[in-house]
Amino acid sequence: MTAVEPDAAQRLAITTDGDVVRVRQAVRALAQAARLSLVDQTKLVTAASELARNTLIYGGGGEAVLAELADGRRTGVRVEFRDDGPGIPDLDQAMTDGWTSGSGLGLGLSGARRLVEQFSIDTAPGQGTRVTIASWSR
Amino acid sequence: MPGADAARLAEILESRRADISATWLEAVITELRGRTTRSEAGREQDEILDALVGGLHQGGLRLTDPAFDGLRGLLADLSSTRARLGFTPRETAVGVLALKEGLYALAADEAGTALADLMALVRLVDDLGLFTFESFAAAREAIIAEQAEQLLELSTPVVKLWEGVVAVPLVGTLDSARTQVVMEKLLQTLVDTGSEHAIIDITGVPAVDTQVAQHLLKTVVAARLMGAECTISGIRPQIAQTIVALGIEFGDISTKATLADALVAALRANGAARAATA
Amino acid sequence: MDAVPILKLGSTLLVSIQVDLQDQTALQLQEDLAERITRTGARGVLIDISGLEIVDSFIGRMLSSIAGISRVLDATTVVVGMRPAVAITMVELGLQLDGVQTALDVEKGLRMLRPADATSPEALLLRLDADRA
Repeated sequence: MTAVEPDAAQRLAITTDGDVVRVRQAVRALAQAARLSLVDQTKLVTAASELARNTLIYGGGGEAVLAELADGRRTGVRVEFRDDGPGIPDLDQAMTDGWTSGSGLGLGLSGARRLVEQFSIDTAPGQGTRVTIASWSR
Repeated sequence: MPGADAARLAEILESRRADISATWLEAVITELRGRTTRSEAGREQDEILDALVGGLHQGGLRLTDPAFDGLRGLLADLSSTRARLGFTPRETAVGVLALKEGLYALAADEAGTALADLMALVRLVDDLGLFTFESFAAAREAIIAEQAEQLLELSTPVVKLWEGVVAVPLVGTLDSARTQVVMEKLLQTLVDTGSEHAIIDITGVPAVDTQVAQHLLKTVVAARLMGAECTISGIRPQIAQTIVALGIEFGDISTKATLADALVAALRANGAARAATA
Repeated sequence: MDAVPILKLGSTLLVSIQVDLQDQTALQLQEDLAERITRTGARGVLIDISGLEIVDSFIGRMLSSIAGISRVLDATTVVVGMRPAVAITMVELGLQLDGVQTALDVEKGLRMLRPADATSPEALLLRLDADRA
């Protein structure tokens, strides 16, 4: 992800239902400040909601780290979701549409990826998961 | 920078300010013949010199130093204004670079000014010039982006054809960006007017590629999700062939040959709905 | 977080989701609706989501569940007021609201639910609205 390092990052714990809502609201606020279009804001917040829920339910809780981005011309938002959960065993399978984990909850990773400009995932069994998404103003 | 000392550089500028300013001003007036008045140019230069000397006094040596935050802000504003007023890049940068004329005069003048110090000052002014140029370019790009957006807005009119029916006649080549704007505007108009039927007419579109076809499809699906119906009209034979060749599934997407046909169909559907709930 | 209120209008249940829904609140709404439909014998469920800034997979599944549960209980569900940005995002996400009917707004939604009884509160409301227009 090429961008000037953000000045200050916002960290939000994800341990309850209410935290998922808080993450949505925080991402919405940053997206508005970064002047993303309404549709791009909605897409980013929706992706964040999916990933925050994953962190809570599949990852056993974790945190979201939000940051504002700037590259001289455009402004953007980056959100990183981290957990020390079981990790995703078969990433390729998880990234295909329609894949759901055993508990019946879709990981929604492939969907979330379509909603944002930049998407990266770092995971391994027993090593937790880290998903980073970012979207920019036009 | 070995040998250079910010405080000493500031002292040089301050002690020879009058001469430097005068030479600088003459150089600028010559270059910007008629583009700016003497008093205006003089005022600008005083501001820049004040900020430059002030920054040096605070220990700044490279333009990126925090001591020069004020100077950078000043130059950015200047460039931005010049860009909007239609100045050329040269006209904008020369106002700053011409300061070197004043500095060169120092070298020719007395042996008192150390070469190292002079070089440090000249390098700093080069930085200023580059920064000015960059700010100018950024401002120009911003203006172009604004204009592009305005153009996009103007060229995608959504019209209300009848009670409950809105249409957007697309003309010219469609690109991904434009199609997205149309999509959003159309859907918003459905909500604003409480219309349950939308018609996208592509009679005036010579060619459609996969991406555009996908966008059109997504618009139809989105409209349906919202509780409205969307018809695509004016699909010319060539476009129909392209769509089939590209393997795009138009499935149960409603299509009509002409805008008129689409309007009639929409009105019939509206009438039927009303009759059913009477 | 407070439960989402359910209003009764004749044989239709009205739900207006105004706030950012927590998952638990959504599940509670599902339960409450199932219970109310059974208790009142409601024939229609109208869910107004004009206050929702996003609809993610969880909310989408909730809406589909409610529609499914209603159908089993012999009631029809209509979701109204979806914002354009939300619709566009859902299409991109590939979210389909299975078994859910949609309408642009509350009025059109009520019309869709088509009360059989012309003297029902919903029908009167619609006629009043039509007279006013």
